Amino acid sequence: MAAILLVEDDPLVRRGLQLALSRHGHDVRTSDSGEQGLEQFRASTPDLVVLDLMLPGIDGFEVCRRIRDAGDVPVIIITAKGDDFDVVGGLEAGADDYVVKPAQPSVLDARIRAVLRRSGGDTGDLLVHRDLRIDAAALSVSLRGEPVTLTPTEMRLLLTLARSPGQVFSRQQLLEEVWEHDYLGDSRLVDNCVQRLRAKIETSPATPEYVETVRGFGYRFARR
Amino acid sequence: MTGRRWLRGLRARLLVAFLTVTVLGAAAAAWASARSASTALVDGEQRRISETIVGQVRTVTPQLAYPPDRPALDRLRTVVGEDTVVGYRGLRSADGAETRLVTPALRSAVRARGRTVTQRITAADGRPWLLVGMPIVRTAPNGARTPSGIELYAVRSLGGVEVQIDDLSRSAARTVALTLPLAALLALVAARSVLRPVRELRDTARRLADGDLDARTSPGGADEVAQLTVTINEMADAIQTSMTEMQRMQADAERFVADVSHELRTPLSTLTAVTSVLAIAADGADPDAREAVELAIAETDRLVRLVEDLIEVSRFDAGTAVRREEPVDVVAAVRDCLGARGWADQVDLVAPDAPVVRLDRRRLDVIVANLVGNALRHGGPPVRVEVTATPQELQIAVTDGGPGLPADVAERVFDRFYKADAARARTPGSGLGLSIARENARLHRGELTAGNAAGGGARFVLRLPRDQGSEAAPCTPPTSSPAPEDR
Repeated sequence: MAAILLVEDDPLVRRGLQLALSRHGHDVRTSDSGEQGLEQFRASTPDLVVLDLMLPGIDGFEVCRRIRDAGDVPVIIITAKGDDFDVVGGLEAGADDYVVKPAQPSVLDARIRAVLRRSGGDTGDLLVHRDLRIDAAALSVSLRGEPVTLTPTEMRLLLTLARSPGQVFSRQQLLEEVWEHDYLGDSRLVDNCVQRLRAKIETSPATPEYVETVRGFGYRFARR
Repeated sequence: MTGRRWLRGLRARLLVAFLTVTVLGAAAAAWASARSASTALVDGEQRRISETIVGQVRTVTPQLAYPPDRPALDRLRTVVGEDTVVGYRGLRSADGAETRLVTPALRSAVRARGRTVTQRITAADGRPWLLVGMPIVRTAPNGARTPSGIELYAVRSLGGVEVQIDDLSRSAARTVALTLPLAALLALVAARSVLRPVRELRDTARRLADGDLDARTSPGGADEVAQLTVTINEMADAIQTSMTEMQRMQADAERFVADVSHELRTPLSTLTAVTSVLAIAADGADPDAREAVELAIAETDRLVRLVEDLIEVSRFDAGTAVRREEPVDVVAAVRDCLGARGWADQVDLVAPDAPVVRLDRRRLDVIVANLVGNALRHGGPPVRVEVTATPQELQIAVTDGGPGLPADVAERVFDRFYKADAARARTPGSGLGLSIARENARLHRGELTAGNAAGGGARFVLRLPRDQGSEAAPCTPPTSSPAPEDR
């Protein structure tokens, strides 16, 4: 049971998805535009936002950026089927995951639950790597004593990598571990999330000292 | 072969015609002038000889005793020359070596006409001769002229004239020969000026045939070739117009399919959302209602797949399909593809190699899923997937145990909405699967072919080059998607 904000301009699709997600046990509030969605987001502080990118007025990308600026509430975007521009744009705006239209409620529910699981507590250990301090129980991170705000997805990605320093994870492995996607997961989810993570924890994201790229394979947390 | 074609070419024909006309004309002119010159020469020589003889005779006749005796005749002959014979009734002077050439016809002509007669003959050895026959006329002191009955026949060679005529003919032939290269040169120049526009036209026509519809020739002059050029340009204009129109109509049709497909997504989103609610609600309902709900769900799913395939096809038509490459463990990917669809138990996966190839994982999945799905639906068990690799090429072959494809089906099986068996028209597929699979193969610079295995079943073979040059990836940015309303 999660409080979900659904932003979708088409009334029938909105109502249909609301009915379906409610059946899956979620508390669904809806908005029909970007402006109203942002208003309601501030008023109701949902656990997660499901966002259609095609909106009149402020479009989905902008809404996603503003939600991301406001905090670490996860966002799942609904894109036109495989439309690369939507996927890339949405991920760059900070979306945690995406589903394609027409969205299967069971698929959407599975993504919602996977994203929300990342916000859950973890076996409580404390990982310290040089200037980086990761509290797995409290799900908090600090860099040189300064707190760093990570989204649940970024947090889960960092934890997955940092628990096994030096081990190379393929994009496919990370998709299954962090995003709980099947074998056809989109590796751009990983690449995009790594970029956002680096922007937050690396001194120089172009020459990362924590999350390293292993060309042709994937990523690893630097051992040192 | 090329020589014969060259001979049939316009240039050769023009050259031959030009040379023939020139040579015939020059030869005719030379022959006519040589002929009249030689006639004049011969006539002149003939007159000169006759006059000489007449003059010689005239110096002798006044002293001639009458009737003459043999010595008088000999004297007369001596005055006129060696090859001469003089006769009076039965009396004959001595004669020369060639006097036997004198013909009876000449003798009778001299007797009949009573005056000087000449005749040209050619001896058996080919040498030309002039025969002169002359009756000697006696002039009385009172001026009366009476025939004396003495006849003089002289034979004179025309060899000198013959040499002159031969010289004349040779120089005429030389002149004709000299005109030949000149004529050939003129013919070549003329041929070039005629053929240049023809060659330009040919080049233009070839470019048109190769699809360059902007190709035109600028018409020069007002001759037939220029008219032909204008006509061909008009034809090219007409073709270009109708091609542009057809391309526009095709683009419209493709855009229409893309637009319709995108528009269908919104109601399908609602349907997809609510059918899941219906499915939960129908659990407690009566069997009829439950069946109706199941049908609605199944058909919604089918509609969703059809629309997804249509959108994918429009993406290929618009050239906006993009390849997203990553290193893929092909055997694992095929195994995942089969496993995700519950086919692992129905399909034999034969993979002696374990190639890792840079390709688009999702598109490979689409290809394999379509081929195996097709084999399971239309072929028969056992279905076998073989993955083999060389350093250059990845090959995936899907073989079924069915009756195989008839030749006409193998050709058309990749056509959109092609149904080999009309009775089985309602299959779970969209009718676009194999077409999309082939487009995906081509997007990887590979090929997908249909045929039959040695054992009889249908066999589809996918071949992908392992070096996917980056230039092969369509670089059309996804922003030019056929559905502008999406953005």
